[in-house]
This record gives sequence, C-alpha cells and structure tokens, in this order.
Amino acid sequence: MTNMNLINWFRFASPQSFYPLAGKLVPLFWTLALLFGAAGLWVSFFVAPTDAQQGEGYRIIFVHVPASWMSMIIYLAMAFWAGLGLALNTRLSSMMAQALAPTGALMAALSLWTGAFWGKPMWGAWWVWDARLTSELILFFLYVGFIALQSAIDDPRRADKAGAILALIGVVNVPIIYFSVKWWNTLHQGSTINLTRAPSMAHTMLWGMLLMALAFWMYSIAVSLMRLRAIMLERERHTEWVKHALE
Amino acid sequence: MNALLATVRRDLLLALRRKSEVLTSLFFFVIVASLFPLGIGPEPALLKKIAPGVLWVAALLSTLLGLPRLFAADHLDGTLEQMALSPSPLALLIAGKILAHWLLCGLPLVLLAPLLGLQFALEGQTLFILSLSLLLGTPLLSLIGAMGAALTLGVRGGGVLLALLVLPLYIPTLIFGAGAVEAQSAGLGVEGHLSLLAALLALAVFFAPWATTAALRIALE
Amino acid sequence: MHWNSVGEFFAMGGYALYVWGSFGACALLLVAEPFLVRRRLNEVRRNLARERLAEALDHNMDHISR
Repeated sequence: MTNMNLINWFRFASPQSFYPLAGKLVPLFWTLALLFGAAGLWVSFFVAPTDAQQGEGYRIIFVHVPASWMSMIIYLAMAFWAGLGLALNTRLSSMMAQALAPTGALMAALSLWTGAFWGKPMWGAWWVWDARLTSELILFFLYVGFIALQSAIDDPRRADKAGAILALIGVVNVPIIYFSVKWWNTLHQGSTINLTRAPSMAHTMLWGMLLMALAFWMYSIAVSLMRLRAIMLERERHTEWVKHALE
Repeated sequence: MNALLATVRRDLLLALRRKSEVLTSLFFFVIVASLFPLGIGPEPALLKKIAPGVLWVAALLSTLLGLPRLFAADHLDGTLEQMALSPSPLALLIAGKILAHWLLCGLPLVLLAPLLGLQFALEGQTLFILSLSLLLGTPLLSLIGAMGAALTLGVRGGGVLLALLVLPLYIPTLIFGAGAVEAQSAGLGVEGHLSLLAALLALAVFFAPWATTAALRIALE
Repeated sequence: MHWNSVGEFFAMGGYALYVWGSFGACALLLVAEPFLVRRRLNEVRRNLARERLAEALDHNMDHISR
C-alpha cells in the first residue's frame, strides 16, 4: 500500500508528468486568488473599521503584511525545493526553486514599497532603519543574489546546485541577520519607533489580513507554476515529451 | 591536521612570491579609511563618532577585494582538482586555504587598524577594542567570503557577483564588530558584542569550510 | 459600510496618496508579473514550434534529394 502511494507520488516528480498537471492547477489557483482577493479587498475597505490612532492610513497593512509574509514563506519554500533538488538530484524541484525566486523578490520589493508608504504618514519619513524594514531589504538582496548567481552560470545543473547552496546558506543566515539588525536597532533608536500593532486589533482587521494573505499566497503559487511551465519547456526542449506536449 | 598546515604553508609561500597582491588590499584599506576625513571634515568629535563604522566597512571591503583570488589560481592550474582527489579530506585542505587567506588579508588589518584609529582620534582602550573586534571579526569575513568565492568560481562577472552574494551575509559581523567599538567609546560594556561575534565565529568555523567544499565540488564537476 | 460618498472613499481620510500608492503598486506589479510570465511561456512555445517546423522541413528536403 505504502509502496503504491510512493510510486504515485513520484510519478509527478518528473517534468513530463508535472507539466500537464501544472497546466490544470494554474487556473484553479488563479480562481482561488481572485476569490480571496475580492473578499479580502471587500473586508479591508468596507468592513474593517477606521483605526483609532492611524485613521484610514492603517489600511496599507492589508497589502504590506501579506507581501512581507509571502516574501519570507517563498524564501523558505525556495530553499526547501533547492535543497531537495541538491539532495535527491531531482530536476523538477530545482526548477521549482528557480520559478519561485522572482516572485519572492517581487513580494520583498512590494513589502518595502508599501512599508515606505506606511512609514511616511506614521513616522514622518519614507525610510526608517526599523529592524523589520532593514531585514526585508536584506532579504531582497538575498533574492537578487540568488537570481544573479543562477543567471550567471550557463550550465543549468551547476546553476541549480550553486543556487541551492546559496539558498541554504541564506536560510541559516536570515534569522542571524534579523536578530542582529533588531539588536542594532534597539541599541540605536531605543523604543521610539514601534511598529507593533495595538493589542486590541479588531477581529475584522485580522480577517481582512488573513484573506489578503491567502490571496497573495494563491497568486504566488499560480504565477510560479506558470513560470515553472516555461522553465520546463526551455530546459527540456530537446526531449521527446516536450515534442508531444506541444501537439 | 598536517594536511591543513601544509596547505597554509604552501599558500603563504606562494603569497610571498606575489607580495603585491597582498599589499594591494592592505593599501586599499588604508586609502579608503583616509578618504573619509577628507570627505567629511577633520572635526575630531565627528571622526570619533564615525570611526568604528568607517574602519569596519573599510576592512570588510578590503577583505572582499582579495576573495576572487582565493581559489582562482588553484582552479586554473588544476591544483584544486588534485586536492579533491587527495586522500586527506577536502574540507580540511579548504580550511587551510581559508586560514592562509585570513593570515594574509585579515591579520594585517587587525595590526594596522590601531594606527588608522589614531587618525580618527580614537584613544587607548578603544583602539584595543577595535583590534580585538577585528581579530574576532576578520576570520569570520574570510570564512563567509570563502563560500561566496567558491560559488562564483569561474562564473561570468564573478567579482561583482561575489560582492552581491557576500555583502548581505557580512551584515551581522559589521553590526557586532562596529557595535563593540562604538559601545567602548560610549563607555558601555563590550562583552555582549564580542561574545556574539565569537559565537558567530564558532558557528562559521564549523559550517563554512563544509559549505565551501560542497560549492567547490560543484564548480569542479 | 462607513463611507458616505465615493469622494470620501477615494480621499481615505487624508491618506489617499499613501493608501492608493501602496494598493496601486501592488495591483500594478501583480498584474504585470503574470502578463510577463505568460509572454515568456508563449515565446518558448513559439520557438519550439518553429524549431520543429525547421526539423520537419530538413527531413523532407533530405527525402526529396534522395
């Protein structure tokens, strides 16, 4: 029984059987993303009440927090797939890591952008060296490094492996960087700047944030699967299955 | 252990034949550090304030300067492949190469930093802490940098790429290293910074040669 | 529902620039990315189809000359 399951599972671990499956999954995740997005936007603009301290400006949280979460989750997912590709030498998982990186970088960039637009009215400056903003910036650099390293190596297998090692080094370093930046921040600025939300955050605000986070999540899966399909075709262009896949 | 020492000895001897390479990064350190007072102004209070950051960033950049050469020559003449085939574990040999790199590019910075600190109006105890933080920090820079050097070995645009990969990873070292010196000049305790720096060093000594070896094996395939 | 008019909704209590600046940037990039990926996928497909056509033509030519 377990043996059967294992075989079924691994059947999708090859590009040729995953390509059509991904093609079916993409519309599904797009639908989910749109549904969650519509619900999330409704809650964030029409249901969630005005914040007592920040007025309407706090509504940026509904895109800022999901983007920040996704930038971190995607980094972990990317490192996971890259590491799996390195350990088991499976082509598909390395391609998955490669497909995730640009979306992760985009999420980090969005998190920085919305963070700046939130910081300006709340703290009076577009950029403050807040621990979270600074770590997000460094996470963005790590994404850029990963993408740059992979695109600088011509041999795809070597690019996969080098990228995997870099992603794993990054995973070890992200918490260290976060805590060092946080420590540095408390030393230099005391507690004058505090992003921590008031404890009495309205339930509807939390719901809006969760719905938006789910929408971002589904979006990331959908767009990465699309990119994965393109990468699969590019890399395996000389194989039999690609010829059949296009018929 | 003998294999490690033999590698260190070999790399040091090779460096003695090409002294200019080592001296270049050392002079880079001196020049960069001297440019800041010229750009900012000679006011001692200000210089004292920026000294830890400036000296640490200069040290960081000058370590970076020597990194592309860490494995490049050995890769070109096939020594690296010989090392991979040798009976002693490759990680040990690589650790030797990293140690040699630190002795050539890191240790001189540690010894030179107090002199530069004088230019920045630092005094007695602070100069000592500056050297101490660099003594703990520069090996860390060599260890982290070696991973980047191995990953970008023989890659298009390797030097710039190396900086892009390694500099974000240098941030904790910079924060704790410069932080120690700053805390000393502000009259606060430095133990916290220095112990964290030592902890990071212990972690890196354990993991970095291993990761570097894995990256080198990929480059050699 | 706590907006009294459309104008009030767009004014966002004086935070219009910041709120719409953030949501706008997100909307823009989250629309642009799938569009670009879609284009890349189509381009790969087109190139592959062209390659196959070229191969088929080559094959036919061989046949004729023989």
